[in-house]
Amino acid sequence: MQKKDIGLGVLIIVVGAIVYMQNPLFLSPINLGNTANLIGLFGLFAIGQGFVIMTGGIDLSVGSVIALLGVLFVDMVGKFDVAWPIAVAITIGLGVLIGLAHGILITRFRLQPFVVTLCGLLIYRGIARGYTAESTAGFPFGSSYPQLEWLTIGRSFGVPHSFIAMLIVAAVMWVVLHHTVFGRHLCAVGKNEEAARFSGINTRFVTIAAYVICAVLASIAAIYFAMFTKSVQPSSHGNFYELYAIAAAVLGGCSLRGGEGSVIGIVLGAVLLQELQNLVNLLGIPSSLNFAVMGAVILLGVLADQQFAAYRTRRNTERALGLLQKP
Amino acid sequence: MSAVHGLDLRLEGVTKVYPGVVALNDVSLQIKAGEVVGLLGENGAGKSTLMKILGGLIAPTSGKIILDGQEYDAFDVKQSQQAGIAFVHQELNVFDNMDVTANIFLGREKVRGPFRLTDHRAMQDLAKPLLDLVGARFKPDTPVSSLSLAERQLLEIAKALSMNARLVIMDEPTSSLTLSETNMLLKVIADLKAQGIAVVYISHRLSEVEECVDRAVVLRDGHKVGALERDEVTHDAMIRMMIGRELKALYTPPAVAATRPVLEVKDLSTKGKPDRPASFELKAGEILGVAGLIGAGRTELAEVIFGVGEKLGGKVLIDGLEVKVNSPADAIAAGLYLVPEDRKRAGLILEFPTLENVTMANLPAFTSRGLVSRERQIEVAEAQRVALSIKTQDVRRAANEMSGGNQQKVVLAKWLSMNPKVIIFDEPTRGIDVGAKAEIYGLMRSLADRGVGVMMISSDMEEVIGVSDRIVVMKDGVITGELPRLKFSESNVLNLAVGKVLEEA
Repeated sequence: MQKKDIGLGVLIIVVGAIVYMQNPLFLSPINLGNTANLIGLFGLFAIGQGFVIMTGGIDLSVGSVIALLGVLFVDMVGKFDVAWPIAVAITIGLGVLIGLAHGILITRFRLQPFVVTLCGLLIYRGIARGYTAESTAGFPFGSSYPQLEWLTIGRSFGVPHSFIAMLIVAAVMWVVLHHTVFGRHLCAVGKNEEAARFSGINTRFVTIAAYVICAVLASIAAIYFAMFTKSVQPSSHGNFYELYAIAAAVLGGCSLRGGEGSVIGIVLGAVLLQELQNLVNLLGIPSSLNFAVMGAVILLGVLADQQFAAYRTRRNTERALGLLQKP
Repeated sequence: MSAVHGLDLRLEGVTKVYPGVVALNDVSLQIKAGEVVGLLGENGAGKSTLMKILGGLIAPTSGKIILDGQEYDAFDVKQSQQAGIAFVHQELNVFDNMDVTANIFLGREKVRGPFRLTDHRAMQDLAKPLLDLVGARFKPDTPVSSLSLAERQLLEIAKALSMNARLVIMDEPTSSLTLSETNMLLKVIADLKAQGIAVVYISHRLSEVEECVDRAVVLRDGHKVGALERDEVTHDAMIRMMIGRELKALYTPPAVAATRPVLEVKDLSTKGKPDRPASFELKAGEILGVAGLIGAGRTELAEVIFGVGEKLGGKVLIDGLEVKVNSPADAIAAGLYLVPEDRKRAGLILEFPTLENVTMANLPAFTSRGLVSRERQIEVAEAQRVALSIKTQDVRRAANEMSGGNQQKVVLAKWLSMNPKVIIFDEPTRGIDVGAKAEIYGLMRSLADRGVGVMMISSDMEEVIGVSDRIVVMKDGVITGELPRLKFSESNVLNLAVGKVLEEA
């Protein structure tokens, strides 16, 4: 675990303690369960976003992907009676295709990630709204899919399965990022693509893979969100979610310049964001101030991190100099 | 421009102590108007500390600066500028998104009118005579992006002059210039001298120093170890003083004569020179020097062989078998490696630890069941650290904490930890000090003696002639000639580089 992650963990505990003192409901099983569910949902796609950010790119299309694939998934299962495992497979398959499209446009055609995924944001949202003619996609009245529901919105010992799914994904991605060749190559490409290329790393593959991972995790999140909300309103579902993902990744120590980040950090970033949402609710702050609170805390967090890093560098230099001065 | 009044700058007993290190120890130095003073020393000898003191960036611990008869304990940046001291740095500080005039007056723009809008006309009028003075053929409104490295260097000098410089300090100004560009710069220095402007010339290229300086001052380990008058400035004398001992002759002959071709390049054409294919062969166990002017297509050729650049036609054979190289990965798999020209951009990832840089090209070999083993990475990096005597406390430390020479060794270690058949070095010792240079040459020779084919692209004439077993010269994408060791001479190389045919002697 990196020092940054520990700092973030401490911040989460401190904020939690303050909220608890103001409103003990914070630690009630119901509130914890609900918050955990949201952490799971948002954490899923934040991890993918983190991978893209580590290549030095960005994926702005996440929220629209969640809306479009959510609409399609609900319709496949609810309207066209596609067996749910097949619908899941198709949804994830579409995620792969979207990620491939982004990756190829960015590597082969050398377009900027911001532009490509901004267009994605508009296109997928537009298709979702056009396809549904602005009407809400929902499951038929009285329908039920016990296994699918157990997997997505079920709970074991009070722990929401979305949260467990996120933890599993995080564990896998932690190994991938920190202990596989692909993970090292990802960091190398993010830090210095040219040097990575001169070392024989297939930089195009690595970049494309990052966008595919991001879109696949967004498609899995799309299924979880669709099952959680039960109906998908195409113009508002998933709005701004890409920004939550970027915020979580940045809070978690990913540098927008690429090459740096940790999976634990991203997960903790997602936890902090949901904790702040919860804080707004529990402390009776008008929910209209929601974004303002979140923005302020992220800003302070990043600022404090920068200051601590500068302080650590200074202290290390002083220590090194101290060692030199001793005979 | 205004007349330059004579400079008389003296440093007396200047000492700079950092915690644990004495960077400069009782150094005295005098610089007068119209003098060109060579400042020599290996990296870490104290040259940059001395320059920073003159530039007002740091204050000496003791000693005096005496400028035009007035004593100072230390300069600040402003005083230094007012004294007319200007710097032309090794890493150029020009902005290639602007034009020449905008660069010269950056931060000191002329303005006019109530809204203080920039006055382009006035600035261009001021820039013109400065550019003439340095012999520049480009115009004040030329975009910097279209200038060559040498022209950018001239731009920097013009900028220095625009600040009414009386002393121009040039730090490795020729490290990325071709021979003809270098000669042009040396001429500019002579012009400055004639105008009464003093120049401090810092360079590792001793032949240039020999050519242009009036005096040379040599620093070693923070001490001034000697001063050489004009007629004493010789190559050998300078090296002796810099390293404190005689440097062995550059050339070490191969252990066994090379015969078997390991790399054959046939009619290879590149994007830059599509209709001018190159052919040559490289034998196992030899060091082949590739000379030529900048822009001759040497780097491009190397990059195409290595699979970074696009190949338009032709063949590459290794050990007599054709290899299809479409990416660096293919080249690496065939045992063909490149130590690139721009170490910081393409050679290594500066922020990454040494061990990651050393193992980066071959990471799959460090895995067990798909997971990278850090222990094995450290083991191999540590072995390379010892083998190449890379000076770092810990292979877990980032590469940017090391000197240039050691960084270059890390790039080498990356390839040596694998199994090279051919290694292409592109400008292997650019910006590296004399001691580290010798070490790199030693490594190249021991590689060759292990049976590796070594190809060395270099614009440093001393290096090409001193290190190679054989030289090929390129011009405009084609090989214009080949020289066996017996026929090595600067004039032969130069004649081939400009496309003349050599007379048979």
